[in-house]
Parts: sequence; structure tokens; C-alpha cells
Amino acid sequence: MIAIQTPEPFDPIADGPLEPPPGHHSGSRLERVLRRGWFAVTAELNPPDSADPRDVLKAAEPLKDVADAINATDASGANCHMSSMGICSLLSRVGYGVVLQISCRDRNRIAIQGDVLGAAAMGVGSILCLTGDGVGVGDQPGAKPVFDFDSVSLLRTIRTMRDDGTFLSGRRLSSPPRVFLGAAENPCVPPLEWRAQRLAKKVRAGADFIQTNYVFDLARFRAFMARVRDLGLHEKVFILAGVGPLTSARAARWMRTNVPGVHIPDAVIARIEGARDQTEEGKRLAIELIQEMREIEGVAGVHVMAYRREHLVHEIVAESGILDERLNHAAETRVAPENLSS
Amino acid sequence: MYAARRFAVRHARFFERLYNRFEALMVALDPLFARLGYDRLERPVAFIERAIKGFLFDCKMCGQCVLSSTGMACPMNCPKNLRNGPCGGVREDGSCEVRPEMRCVWLEAWEGAARMPRGLERIAIVQPPVDRALAGSSSWLRVAREKAAERRRAMAPPEPTAVSPPERARSTLAKAFRRARRLAPSAAPLAAEPEAALADQAVEETTSVFESPTRQPPHQESGEGRGGENGGGEDRRAKHRGASAP
Ligand code: SF4
Repeated sequence: MIAIQTPEPFDPIADGPLEPPPGHHSGSRLERVLRRGWFAVTAELNPPDSADPRDVLKAAEPLKDVADAINATDASGANCHMSSMGICSLLSRVGYGVVLQISCRDRNRIAIQGDVLGAAAMGVGSILCLTGDGVGVGDQPGAKPVFDFDSVSLLRTIRTMRDDGTFLSGRRLSSPPRVFLGAAENPCVPPLEWRAQRLAKKVRAGADFIQTNYVFDLARFRAFMARVRDLGLHEKVFILAGVGPLTSARAARWMRTNVPGVHIPDAVIARIEGARDQTEEGKRLAIELIQEMREIEGVAGVHVMAYRREHLVHEIVAESGILDERLNHAAETRVAPENLSS
Repeated sequence: MYAARRFAVRHARFFERLYNRFEALMVALDPLFARLGYDRLERPVAFIERAIKGFLFDCKMCGQCVLSSTGMACPMNCPKNLRNGPCGGVREDGSCEVRPEMRCVWLEAWEGAARMPRGLERIAIVQPPVDRALAGSSSWLRVAREKAAERRRAMAPPEPTAVSPPERARSTLAKAFRRARRLAPSAAPLAAEPEAALADQAVEETTSVFESPTRQPPHQESGEGRGGENGGGEDRRAKHRGASAP
């Protein structure tokens, strides 16, 4: 059993807003792990189509021992599910590290700034700012796309709330949201030559950490990271590379054509197709990718996304050995593993 | 018109020069506009602006033109209205995630910017969210009025007066999105340059385009580091790297 999630149950009323340790932006576990220099692991939770809080806990259960923080998606792929806010509030209460996702697709600046305060009050320490997929790919294609902010102006807005203590209207906040700010980047889709510059813009707008989309093309990712290092960005922002298991060649092809922003090279699909056990091969591929990514200078962690396959996340993280460093450290210093991340 | 719009991006350099000249002319005409009344001019000028820019750039009349910061590709043609760069859904062949029949606006924008003398510097500016209240208004007139006012202010700073709530909102925006204000005035929020923003700008202007002056929340000044791993705010990577390896 690898225990990296310290149970830190949070009672919003008794505990009050999370106080950041000195030198930190937030009280979030993810920030502590990254600043400490550990190779961090975040994992995506598939939100339930349900109003039952126990369904949220059930979905989070397989991730609890292997993720420093759990990302609750915000209607990803423009499909309706339980809100990221609801999930994060529940999970932080029972002690999980969480990342609230905010997409610009569904809410305007009035709703979003209010949500940021609400989330911080409920114990959310990290927020991921996303543009969001177009409404057309989801289950409600007739919806009105909002896009009042874009991910970059959203980052700058939350940074203004946090660091200057005001809304975008200039009205003062009596208690600013202490949050660790994240953004996404997709290193494997056009314009490949400008993706690092776009990342620079996000860093300038306020991003503290980056979670990338799926990376299946290591050559593209390496080229991207080389540009990132040329710009010195790896010293300004923590980059978590996105990985996930492909369950079959058919699923991979489907994802490639139907999910926006997924690039899977033919060679990868051929490899899965040629395997006797395609699911096992997909898992092996994810493990290999993680091990290779870890060696790339400037990669601070991985973000594991396994749609409806949370049980695989545990195996992938455990077998990849990326937590061994922390476990050994725990053994040497005789720190109980569950205290590691604090 | 799609063809004209792609032509404009291919000749971004030329159009930028044309635009700079035109802007100077508009600013020079400020006294005339003021005499005729900006309010009275608004409708006819907006009508002409819509016709010309609509043809050339597929302009959507957002009222805060950023063409000079987006390689002369109008970002309001992006179905997600992104003003700060492409989304993560651009297709392998460079077409748009939402409207595959169109090339991603931001691929055009970056190519256009690379052709303009200061294009790459300008495309790196963090743009504020669009002020939807300005939709449909003439950004030409706005630039003329704002730039002329700025010039007047530079010569004789106005007496400080009480700040109205909308003015405060705009000042906050102007401060949060500093460089947008300086380099692309028509894109930035309508507001007098706040003192603090001016000071900050000087910092941001001198650092490289890719530098972000690290801003630390005030509470971080105090307090002791945690076992040496969370020292000062500036070089946090050194801090988190240095502390790694048990
Ligand atoms: S692909 Fe380009 S044009 Fe289409 S929504 Fe994304 S950023 Fe906008």
C-alpha cells in the first residue's frame, strides 16, 4: 500500500480558510509536494451522474493512495455531470487534495469570480483554468457557449483576486482566495512551434503549475520541452505531463477522431493493435511513457487521466516506480508514509 | 470575407503600417471630432468601420480592436472568442476544433505576427477579457479620443477627483492587464493610466517578453522558511529543486 494522501479532513466552519505555509500561495498539498521537489502525481476523477455524495467517494477511492491531488473535471467534453465545485467540496472535507477545474465555456465573469471564493471557502487549494471544449461535442449541443473569459484572462483575474485582493471590478475582498493556480497546455497539437510561447503567456498571466493534455507522442513532447527550457519556463512553472492508458486500438482511434485535442501517432495504435492483450499493452505503454517523461528535464510530475478506468491508475502509478523515491525516503527517515506530503 | 481575411494576414506587415498611419491621422483629427461631437459621429463612423473591417478582416465589431496584437487576424472569429492564443483542440491539419471548415484563427494570428516588426512581442501581451458593453462601437473613434486625451494628460496632469465605481473597475482592469493598455490602447479598458500600473509597466517593459516579474502575495514576506526549502519568493524552482533528492 502506497499512502501519499495524508488524510487531512477539512471542516470549513471549524477550520476557516486554509492558511498557506510561508513562501506558498496556498495551503494545497499539491503545492507542498511540488515545492518540496517530489515528482508529483495528480489524477482525474470521472464525475458521477448522480446526486449521491457516496458516489463521489466511491469514484475517488481507487485514487487515494496514488494521487497528491484529484482533478474534478468541469463538464469535460461538454458533457453534463456533477459539478467540479460539488465534488471538490466533498472530497476536501474528507481529506483529499483536490484541483477544481473551471472552464470558460459555461460561466461568465460574475459566476466564475463568485465560484473562486466559494471554492476557497470550501477548502479548495488548487484551481485549473481551462478554455473548455466547444459545446458541439457534448450531450447538449444546443447550449449557449459563454467564453466570457479565455483561460489566460481567467488566470490573470484569479491572480488579481489572490495577490491584489480585489475583484476585477476593483471591489475589495475581505479575505482573498489563497489558491495555487494551474493552466493546461497541449504540446502535441498545432501550432507546435508556438505552443511554448503560449505557455509563456500563461505563466505571465499567473500560472503556477501546468497539466498537459494526453501525451502519446514523446518526440513532440521532447521538442516542446526543449523550447520550454530555452525560454526558461521550467524554472517558473511546475509542469505535469498528461498520460493515460489506451484500452484498445479501437478506443484509441475513436478518441483520436472524436475527442478534441487528442493526438495519437499511428505507431502507437499499431503497437496496441499488435498486442495479444490490448488493455495490458495500453497500460504498459502508459507506464513506459511516465518513466521516460520523468527523465526529461523540467517535468515536475504526471497527470494521469483514465476515463472510467480509475483502477488502472493505481496499477500504473505503482508499477511505474515514481513514488519509490518518497517511499524510500520514508523508510530511511522513519517517517510514516502518510506524513510524507506535509 | 474569408479570402480577404487570409490575404490580410499574409500581408500583415503592410496592413499594420497602413493602420499605424491611419491611427495617427485619426488622433490628429481629435479636435475636429470633438467639435463635431464624438457622440454624433459614433453611428456613421461605426457604420463605415464595420463595412471596411468587415470586408478585410471579418471584423465582428467588438469595439476593442486588437488586430495589431494578433497578426491582423481578428480573434473574434474564433468560435470560442479567445483573445490570448489558441485552444488545445486545434486539429492535426490546423483546422478549427469547432468549425473544421475554417483554419484556426490563432494559426493565422501567429503567422501574421511573425511577419510584423513587433508582432511577436505584441502577441505575447496578456489581453483583458472583452468589455461586452463596447460591442458595436467604433474602436477607431475610441483610439482617437483616448490617445489624444493621453497626450493632453501627459502635458498637464489633471487634478485628482473622486473615483466613480465604473472608473475604479476600469482602473483595476488596466492594472491587471498592464501591457495591453500600453501597447494596444484600443484593446485595453477605458481608463486613465493608474499610477501603480505605470510603475509596474516600467518593470514589465524592461524585462524580456517572456519574463514574468514574480509577484508575491504580501503575506509571504514574513515567516521563516520550512527547513530551508521554502525560502524567498523569487527563485522558487531553485528552492524546490534544491530541496529535492533525499
Ligand atoms: S481551434 Fe482555433 S479558432 Fe477554433 S476554437 Fe480553438 S482557438 Fe478558436
